[in-house]
Amino acid sequence: MQITEELVSYVAQLSRLRMSPEETAEMQKQMSEIVSYMDKLNELDTDGVEPLSHIFNITNVLRDDTVAPSYAREDILKNAPEHTEETFVVPKTVE
Amino acid sequence: MEWEIVMGLEVHVELATKTKIFCSCTTEFGGAPNTHCCPVCTGMPGTLPVLNRQVVEYAVRAGLALNCDINQYNKFDRKNYFYPDLPKAYQISQLYLPFAHDGKVQLHTKSGRDVTIGIHEIHMEEDAGKLVHSLFGDTTYPDYNRCGVPLIEIVSEPDFRETEEVIAYLTKLKSTFEYLGISDCKMEEGSMRADVNLSVRPKGSTEFGTRTEMKNINSLKAIERAIAFESKRQIELIESGGRVVQETRRWDENKEKTFAMRSKENAQDYRYFPEPDIPPLYITDEELAHYRAICPEFAEAKAARFVSDLGLAQEDAEIIAGSKYLARLFEETNAIANDPAEVRYWMMTQVLYFMNERGVQAEDIKLAPEKFAQFIGIVKAGRINRQVGKQVFESMFFGDDSFDVEAYIKEHDLEIVDDKSLIEETIAAVIAENPKAVEQYKSGQTKICGFFVGQTMKRLKGKADPAAVNAVLAEALKKL
Ligand SMILES: [Zn+2]
Repeated sequence: MQITEELVSYVAQLSRLRMSPEETAEMQKQMSEIVSYMDKLNELDTDGVEPLSHIFNITNVLRDDTVAPSYAREDILKNAPEHTEETFVVPKTVE
Repeated sequence: MEWEIVMGLEVHVELATKTKIFCSCTTEFGGAPNTHCCPVCTGMPGTLPVLNRQVVEYAVRAGLALNCDINQYNKFDRKNYFYPDLPKAYQISQLYLPFAHDGKVQLHTKSGRDVTIGIHEIHMEEDAGKLVHSLFGDTTYPDYNRCGVPLIEIVSEPDFRETEEVIAYLTKLKSTFEYLGISDCKMEEGSMRADVNLSVRPKGSTEFGTRTEMKNINSLKAIERAIAFESKRQIELIESGGRVVQETRRWDENKEKTFAMRSKENAQDYRYFPEPDIPPLYITDEELAHYRAICPEFAEAKAARFVSDLGLAQEDAEIIAGSKYLARLFEETNAIANDPAEVRYWMMTQVLYFMNERGVQAEDIKLAPEKFAQFIGIVKAGRINRQVGKQVFESMFFGDDSFDVEAYIKEHDLEIVDDKSLIEETIAAVIAENPKAVEQYKSGQTKICGFFVGQTMKRLKGKADPAAVNAVLAEALKKL
């Protein structure tokens, strides 16, 4: 698969990342390396092999439906770049 | 040209668990903003979500109730999107292997048609937070109390052709989930939300037209209006030579219109991939057998039993059995009163009236079956007549726990007047004071009898048995 500059910009836009032309070029190089490694894996014959859905062979890691205290609101908010006493603050996201 | 509307529904239902789907924060409604939050549900780096056992049980029981095949082995995926209602920048959902698929729901519509709607699949996922937008400034305030509340999303096949089918379907989902006790399905509060995919095509055509998706519809009435608006919009667009664009449209309840959402929000590329934090689920045969065994009696079976065993009319039986709460009030009251016709009478007249005219919700009814049965005993003993009964019932229905039927009747002096001589005296007085009416009666206008009855009942404060008054009046008039 070809990792083009357009594709890198598109993925960056989906993630709301702003990148300089130099960063875009660097990303294009790194992502190409990752994807070509996938191509290497594709050389293997995987007919009849079940897709791996989790790296450990475990199922049903579950917890009981019991309420535990939530965090203090000031602790929840304190890492945010901007917040009021009650909520986070983000740029307006409505039409 | 005659047009046919084709619709499919995506219904989100909040599950009534105590805690969120991946953390132990409470799901309780309300609460000050961002007070039901922890590092997991606010998407802090390095946290590990752990699936709530109860979510799986509720979800699978919903799937069985909608006649789905259960994928005993199922798993979670990441749906990536960047929007501040979801602080992780992805939603944990099920795409590749959802827990339920290929179900069906039988509907009996308002106009009496039987329709089957296919269920494409049901998956588990987490709810997003609430965004409060500032009215004047350029900021938005996220509240993550609802973020991580468990949801199931029920995706139907595009099998709907009429609005009444959509209404019957949503009504049935609500009733079914109420009986299962897995959700309260309150559309107005957002615990059940419907997105409608709608397209139109010439009647008789087998190809689908281009569809739009309507979001943000939060009542059955709004859904009716949104479908009417959007189908008309599409038909007029096509008939005037235009083309329907596949897009998400927002239903604006106040303007009664749908609006296209910004095209950027329509660019959907969720880059799903398997969720590495949640190991796959395996639902055992034993669990499935257990869930089938504890499946409650649903509306249709209950209604059929009300008809065959208790002699209710089908229509009444469907209304009462359609709500777990009405059915429970009916059954528990009848278990004491042992008179289904009389219990039905008060439910179908008074209770339904309060629901339709005063917005009482079935789940909020406080009336105790014991009190209701006691009231019915008093009516049947002839101690109050039906007219007075309505007044007593209303006070009892809206009264609190301390309401005492006997004390109320006594305090307001409502017990029936069965003193024949008092009725005779009252009628004699009415006749004596209304010579004009007597003249009219004598000249053959027998309709005036109603006037005499009315005057007599008024003086007796409505407490006499109308039949007794009529009998005494007939005698008195004969003697004139
Ligand atoms: Zn939490």
